[in-house]
Amino acid sequence: MTALSSVDKYPGGEPSGPPPVRGSGGEGAEPPGSAALAPRSFLARNPSVFWFLAILIGFTALVTVLSPALGAEVISTSFIKTLGKTLCLCLVALAMDVVWGYTGILSLGHMAFFALGGYMIGQWLMYARTEEIVLTSLAGTPIPPTAAEVAQGVATQIFGVVGSSEMPAIWSFAHSLPAQLALVVLVPGLLAFLFGWLAFRSRVTGVYLSILTQAMTLALSLYLFQNDSGLRGNNGLSGLQNLPGAAQIGQDRLSLWFFWASAAALALTYLLLAWALSGKFGSVLRAIRDDEARVRFLGYPVEAYKIFVFTGTAVLCGLAGALYYPQAGIINPAELAPIASIYLAVWVAIGGRGRLYGAVLGAVFVSLLSSWFTGGRAPSIPLGFYTVNWVDWWQVLLGLAFVLVTLFAPKGLGGLVDMAQKIRTPDRKGAPLGPDDGALQEREAQE
Amino acid sequence: MSALLEVSGVSVTFDGFRAINNLSFTIGPAEMRAVIGPNGAGKTTFMDIVTGKTKPDTGKVLWGEKSVSLLSLSEAQIARAGIGRKFQRPTVFEDQSVAENLVLALKSPRGPLAALRFALSGPGRDRVLDLAREVGLSDHLARKAGELSHGQKQWLEIAMLLAQEPRLLLVDEPAAGMTGVEREHTTAMLVEMARTRAVVVVEHDMDFVRRLNCKVTVLHEGSVLAEGSLDHVTSDPTVIDVYLGRG
Repeated sequence: MTALSSVDKYPGGEPSGPPPVRGSGGEGAEPPGSAALAPRSFLARNPSVFWFLAILIGFTALVTVLSPALGAEVISTSFIKTLGKTLCLCLVALAMDVVWGYTGILSLGHMAFFALGGYMIGQWLMYARTEEIVLTSLAGTPIPPTAAEVAQGVATQIFGVVGSSEMPAIWSFAHSLPAQLALVVLVPGLLAFLFGWLAFRSRVTGVYLSILTQAMTLALSLYLFQNDSGLRGNNGLSGLQNLPGAAQIGQDRLSLWFFWASAAALALTYLLLAWALSGKFGSVLRAIRDDEARVRFLGYPVEAYKIFVFTGTAVLCGLAGALYYPQAGIINPAELAPIASIYLAVWVAIGGRGRLYGAVLGAVFVSLLSSWFTGGRAPSIPLGFYTVNWVDWWQVLLGLAFVLVTLFAPKGLGGLVDMAQKIRTPDRKGAPLGPDDGALQEREAQE
Repeated sequence: MSALLEVSGVSVTFDGFRAINNLSFTIGPAEMRAVIGPNGAGKTTFMDIVTGKTKPDTGKVLWGEKSVSLLSLSEAQIARAGIGRKFQRPTVFEDQSVAENLVLALKSPRGPLAALRFALSGPGRDRVLDLAREVGLSDHLARKAGELSHGQKQWLEIAMLLAQEPRLLLVDEPAAGMTGVEREHTTAMLVEMARTRAVVVVEHDMDFVRRLNCKVTVLHEGSVLAEGSLDHVTSDPTVIDVYLGRG
């Protein structure tokens, strides 16, 4: 379409000569502004990917070398589990950043998808492990046990705590690892899709949507607290740290394996999301966040994008949960209480919304600090009339930090990276700092 | 000449207030039309109905050669069918660069999976560069749209509209906040656009409408009061009554 070729006068009326016309100004001449559109490599578009992967690989190697599995007793097995769990939380924070930081949907339900992923893998872990125990205990009997006897034994073992010996229908696939792995993806994915379908198509946005997601989480949590929900009520699933068929492998090695798997999952997710968000897809998401009505008038099906993002990130959360809970060892309905999802939002806000590494920074920083404060290792502060006990006061501190970050540093910890970059590469638009070579140099300006 | 857009017998009521009352409006595939009328005449509501933002209580809105009803389509589907809209207040994505804004608007498949696979092709790049040159933003492609001046944002939005390659353009007060030179340029652009597509301009400024030199539709209390050349409608006693008689 070149219908407008006759009107190419500069609209501002700046008499800066005739604008260069393509094809007439010599074949070698690039049209102005083409640099902004030149195709750039993946790493050039995502400078954080290189640093993120380098730090993650270095960190993983360091932890491996210092782990008890390799003989070094520098860090404990339980600390490796904490680190592995933190990597899984970083994965959830990435998902939350895509949903909230990029698309502008403040979901207070993503930890529910995380816990559902954990429950799905937990069913297999618990079933297969219990089956092993039942088979061992029945091995001594003179008559070999029938399949029905084994199943009955497993059901009694698992559901004795809730006063039942029946295997509920939702455990139908618990004997099969592939089936439960599929459910890790399907259950959170379908729930998110259904929720998104109902909520986004009705054009529920903003705080109302947040409330809806929170209601969904709360309803799910309350349902799972019931003994007849089929997932052992408030007892939850336990003993998940024992991998079936791997009894002879020590926890020191298992913990390292899960740590590696978590690190690999985090790295792959980071790469995938960086790729998706640095292109036009990310551009559409940010546009939806800033003005979704305008995006509709450009012809984009906003609801389809929201459902896609909500469902996709829910699946990511489910996978993260499936990696997290075998390291945690236990899952119960308290894990999907709304407060967990609110914490998730706090991590992303403190780390810096709208940038992937910000979410990771926030998750690492806040969750490690939280486990330090609540683990009883932070020294209490005696004030004479009152002793500040950090186990209680940590929440207050975190809440205060959240308010302060929201008010005064909306970029969060990620803003520090911006500041650091400004010092290293001041935006001088190609011009030197001073009038000549003898003037203030960039290196001096840093000091 | 078959009609591109045919609005017939449309009425819409907001809380008892009849914003559009039995409105009928037709425009051909390559035609310029100015819509004028006092405040509250229903100009913006009319645009809302055509773009799918507001659903009318009664009436028909038919589009294109196949006379597809627009009433059952969503805003995004209507935009994809070829109706572009420019708002009075410039609405560009301020957090994104001028280039990103233009690529977003560039005609292409709109679904999430298509956006994931999207890569700017050679012709697409040339088109973005041409559009940027056309509106004088070539040197600003890498800048964030939020840094642009008010006038430049208006131009960016016009370029985005062109990038969509719509068959019908709805333009709400394009000259608002523009300098004299910019107005002239806008006029020239709109006239040029109307050679290949339908353009509906909603405007208060009579001088601007006169320069467009096209058929004029006068709206009043939600229905068409008069239609014809500007001289014809301004000499119509009922129009004079509406514009002047009420003071």
